[in-house]
Amino acid sequence: MSNKKDVILEVKDLKMHFPIYRGVVQRQVGAVHAVDGISFDIRRGETLGLVGESGCGKSTTGRTILQLYKATSGSVMYNDTDLISLRKEEMRKMRRHMQMIFQDPYASLNPRMTINDIIGEPLLIHNVARGAEISKKVAELLELVRLNPAFASRYPHEFSGGQRQRIGVARALALNPELIICDEPISALDVSIQAQIVNLLEELQKKLNLTYLFIAHDLSMVRHISDRVAVMYLGVIVEIANKNELYESPLHPYTQALLSAVPIPDPNKEKRKRIILEGDVPSPVNPPSGCRFRTRCALAAPICAEKRPEFREVKPDHFVACHMVK
Amino acid sequence: MPAPLLDVQGLETQFKTPEGVIHAVNGVSFTMAESETLGVVGESGCGKSVTMLSMLRLIPMPPGKVVAGKAFFRGQDLLAMPAEEIRQVRGAQIAMVFQDPMTSLNPVITIGKQMEEPLALHMGMNKQEAKDRSVELLEMVGIPNAKDRLGDYPHQFSGGMRQRVMIAMALSCNPQILIADEPTTALDVTIQAQITDLVKRLRDELGMGIIWITHDLGVIAGLAQRVIVMYGGFIIEEAEVKDLYAHPTHPYTVGLLGSLPRLDAKQDEKLFSIDGFPPVLYNTPTACPFAPRCKWVKDICWKKNPLLEEVSPNHRVACWVDIKTGSARK
Repeated sequence: MSNKKDVILEVKDLKMHFPIYRGVVQRQVGAVHAVDGISFDIRRGETLGLVGESGCGKSTTGRTILQLYKATSGSVMYNDTDLISLRKEEMRKMRRHMQMIFQDPYASLNPRMTINDIIGEPLLIHNVARGAEISKKVAELLELVRLNPAFASRYPHEFSGGQRQRIGVARALALNPELIICDEPISALDVSIQAQIVNLLEELQKKLNLTYLFIAHDLSMVRHISDRVAVMYLGVIVEIANKNELYESPLHPYTQALLSAVPIPDPNKEKRKRIILEGDVPSPVNPPSGCRFRTRCALAAPICAEKRPEFREVKPDHFVACHMVK
Repeated sequence: MPAPLLDVQGLETQFKTPEGVIHAVNGVSFTMAESETLGVVGESGCGKSVTMLSMLRLIPMPPGKVVAGKAFFRGQDLLAMPAEEIRQVRGAQIAMVFQDPMTSLNPVITIGKQMEEPLALHMGMNKQEAKDRSVELLEMVGIPNAKDRLGDYPHQFSGGMRQRVMIAMALSCNPQILIADEPTTALDVTIQAQITDLVKRLRDELGMGIIWITHDLGVIAGLAQRVIVMYGGFIIEEAEVKDLYAHPTHPYTVGLLGSLPRLDAKQDEKLFSIDGFPPVLYNTPTACPFAPRCKWVKDICWKKNPLLEEVSPNHRVACWVDIKTGSARK
């Protein structure tokens, strides 16, 4: 699988800084270093999980890949095209190959549009279908996500959260994309509904040969759905590995702490010892020098403040950014 | 046997809405012993929060109404006592911590003022005493430089720190029961671990009873002694924590546990999912509320709602079917 040909998306040294303006003349006084130099690739047909706590830059990463934000620097290669260098019109054409599923199924569907219009809109914009063809295609898509095609004339408020998320999935699939960025697609749903959506996403992946970037903070769900997992902390990726490798032998101290914090639904196992991190995540406006995690790290040494740890391959396909890992 | 600390009997709460009456809580009974930690689990809209709010008479009336039931706290019925008396109980003997620490703190009043208020009100402390006690409480929940932070406003604290402040406030009058309503849901996992750790330590130090409401079966596993599972405004299963996770008996509990991927296991198989959607509570339920989503469903499930009955010692279930055999229970 690590064959170079299989790479569908390659992100190199991507940075996304949001400027902060102050004063009467709106001078730039600083920047939020939301994403600060990350590199990874996504391979055709796989699911790459991207995990981290709120504010670590995982959603910004997803949005910057799709050029919803103008990246500060770096490159995003999609099948040999650098998306960052594309002009607006060219990028619009590219978008049909990469779609997004959003977190909040209540906010991401226009309440004044019928389901037919919502799912049909991408088809219309990209001139893929028109008129009656659209309704036919919408009916197919609704069936694909296990909703009754007769619902096409209804409005979003008539559906429950899980059903709305299915509509969001159908819209993302309308243009037969290759890559779907799922930005916390299940975190707004009830537990019993989450499993329904995850099973649907897995089934569609097999059927349509999709590639997912699955952004989430629920580490157990990410282990379930992903092939490989990347862990983010304060704008940087600290570790990437195959999921079982990452969950069974995490190397970065942050990954270790994060995994030990996840509660396990088993009273006997919950007696295990936890690594409790002290304090909170520092501000991305003024991140710590050197290693981002050093202010909360139990292993921190002087070198961690001086030098940013290199993101290196320590075992085949297991990358980590830490001075303390041999 | 000593009288339980809390004894809720047949609690029913309804809300009048333009679309009809919502039957949010439909006859909930449970007890709680001194210093016990009770977990209440269920999905949104299952009635877990409304049960606690009804008990403390915090349901806005109208549109809400507690239509039946009793809630004895140390032998006194909270639902029958005069408004003046329940005010003495709320915040003092029974305290609550809510899910979202930003909306439950007043943004324009300093943390110090907000902390001193219940101390003055319930404990009759003067200004200096209340201030000293506030510092003590903030230190107890692990807020650094507590003395200097009394003058800060809620927005100057992070989410986890705000939740610590909320816990400090709830504990300020030495409550016998702390009701925590999804206190870690809005927090990141590492901060959640900090808060649950803190609550466990405080429970051991102070010996109060805790009712921990959550939808997360993982958090409860490490915290509670006994767990109540709610669905559609009913308690559908109740058991000791180990018993519940080892032998879930209600089809809903089985489904809920099965739909959780586990961090500690390689998972390549499909997740067990519960089909369908949570119930809409417009009608008085005459059938089992879970029947439309249940794979063990029998004829009787559509006709009569099962009562919560003991199936093994200290394990109560409301279900007509024995899921081990798949046939109706005797």
